[in-house]
Amino acid sequence: MSAPLTSPADRPARAGRMLAWIGGNANIVIGGVLVGLIVLAALFAPWIAPADPYAQNLLGTLLPPSWEHPFGTDDNGRDIFARVIYGARITLLEVVLSVTLAVCTGVPLGIMAGMGGRWVDQSIMWVMDVLFAFPGIVLAILIVSVLGPSLINLMIAIAIFSVPVYARLSRNLTLGLKRMEFIEAAHALGIPQRRILVHYILRNAIGPIIVQSTLTAGTVILSAASLSFLGLGAQPPTPEWGAMMSVGRNYLGVNVYMSLFPGLAIMITVLGFNILGDGLRDLLDPRK
Amino acid sequence: MQTYFLRKLASLPLIMIGVSLLVFFAIRALPGEPARVLAGPEATQEAVDAMTVRLGLDRSVPEQYLAFATNALQGDFGNSIRSNLPVLQEITDRLPYTLALAVLAYLLAIAIGVPAGMAAAMNRNRWPDYLVMILAIAGASIANFWLALMAMNYFSVELRWLPLLGANSWQSYILPSVTLAVLPTAVIARMTRSSMIEVLGQDYVRTARAKGLPARKVYWSHALRNALIPIVTIVGLNFGGLIGGAVVTESVFNWPGIGRLMVDSVRYRDYPVIQGVALVAVFGVVMVNFLAEMLIAFLNPRIRFE
Repeated sequence: MSAPLTSPADRPARAGRMLAWIGGNANIVIGGVLVGLIVLAALFAPWIAPADPYAQNLLGTLLPPSWEHPFGTDDNGRDIFARVIYGARITLLEVVLSVTLAVCTGVPLGIMAGMGGRWVDQSIMWVMDVLFAFPGIVLAILIVSVLGPSLINLMIAIAIFSVPVYARLSRNLTLGLKRMEFIEAAHALGIPQRRILVHYILRNAIGPIIVQSTLTAGTVILSAASLSFLGLGAQPPTPEWGAMMSVGRNYLGVNVYMSLFPGLAIMITVLGFNILGDGLRDLLDPRK
Repeated sequence: MQTYFLRKLASLPLIMIGVSLLVFFAIRALPGEPARVLAGPEATQEAVDAMTVRLGLDRSVPEQYLAFATNALQGDFGNSIRSNLPVLQEITDRLPYTLALAVLAYLLAIAIGVPAGMAAAMNRNRWPDYLVMILAIAGASIANFWLALMAMNYFSVELRWLPLLGANSWQSYILPSVTLAVLPTAVIARMTRSSMIEVLGQDYVRTARAKGLPARKVYWSHALRNALIPIVTIVGLNFGGLIGGAVVTESVFNWPGIGRLMVDSVRYRDYPVIQGVALVAVFGVVMVNFLAEMLIAFLNPRIRFE
């Protein structure tokens, strides 16, 4: 008969180890909880939100917070709490799509630059330097002015200005890995280049790329909200936090809640991603 | 130093050529016929033809780019479609307002961020450190336009202490520059803290302490001077971020700078202005980055000999 995997005496020790880990990685826990809350809000929005985020009630506009409407109502009598909760969906969608698009473009380009010859490297990095020279918002405005203002175009614009970050990161990682003995050994063993790229380079680069994605998420959320606030992204009545504030600004002094709560939601989400990113970076930093 | 300087200087035109190509081809990527889009939905065929000639779209693409680039080099970005004024004039009229805002914000950020970061480093793992770090993380997570709206609501609408919109008096500079300064302050405080902590652990600081120098002299003269390099890096290389922040802040406060000019131009599909502002903004950012890199190399000989 095999012994049970954990004896009762092991449990306190294991709990202690877990507490110690949490104490040493407080950032991951705090950031993870904040991001987790936003993810839960997005997933269960229909159950959490007390009302339809689009349902208008012209008899109850610009109401202050109450039991019935915890965050008050907007200029069309829509429940602000419901809109903030549904806004989490749009914000997370912006993060996931923009970051995925940026990673899927930037990482292959960076690895190509790192593995390729001098000309390939310099050409790719020239394009990346050019994109990097733009202030992100300015490049995004230029792109949106051509494609037209919409949520999808906004995500494309944000992905484009985030590409150089991933290209530079994965190029530097590739250059470092390329000289490692296990890569040279793989070459010597005759393992095909494509297999080396995927199994050796990419697998070892994935940690830093995940950390970077978490840290970029905050920037993505702030940029997306800024552009929607400027009228260049999601359009009202979409319950996007930035777009909600662009309507709310017209009601300052009458109903500040239209701007207050979406902004707080942005802050909590960005805070969560930033703290989580810091924690992950520390965890993966070999110097610590 | 000279080789380093020349190598960096030589990369600038290459970057600007790339930027101009991107800005030039962006307008050609407009869905449909650019001249028709720009002339407006109700334009007659004559108006569309006139726009085609005005934009030089009747010539070949390389010719068009060459004309665009040579004109831009001479400061000629064409005329605004909305106001019919030269784009350069539209920009130079507004640039001082944006620069004033950016400089004020940076001065504020340095004046608050550096001492705050130093205080945190000198009191590591005690309450001043925690306070500064919490404020810095929060400051980096706030949408500046939200802060601007909240500040406007409180100081301009409720208390009526400060002007609500525009740039009509010195008081109107307060809210825009303070809200714009929040992010750089947070970044500078964090950077100052971490580089001070690193420097304070160095042997020469220990020596300075051991030979009995007063703590204030050790911190301000020995340690800060060496912690300056990362601070200059952040200030110089984040200038683009500051300009991006200014675009949004200007729109909130109806500030007559180039950021708002660009946003308004998108609404009117005033592409010559969008192109002009983008080129000027990128040129400014590239130059500031270059100067910062030179200053860093000057402060840290290890970099220029790499």
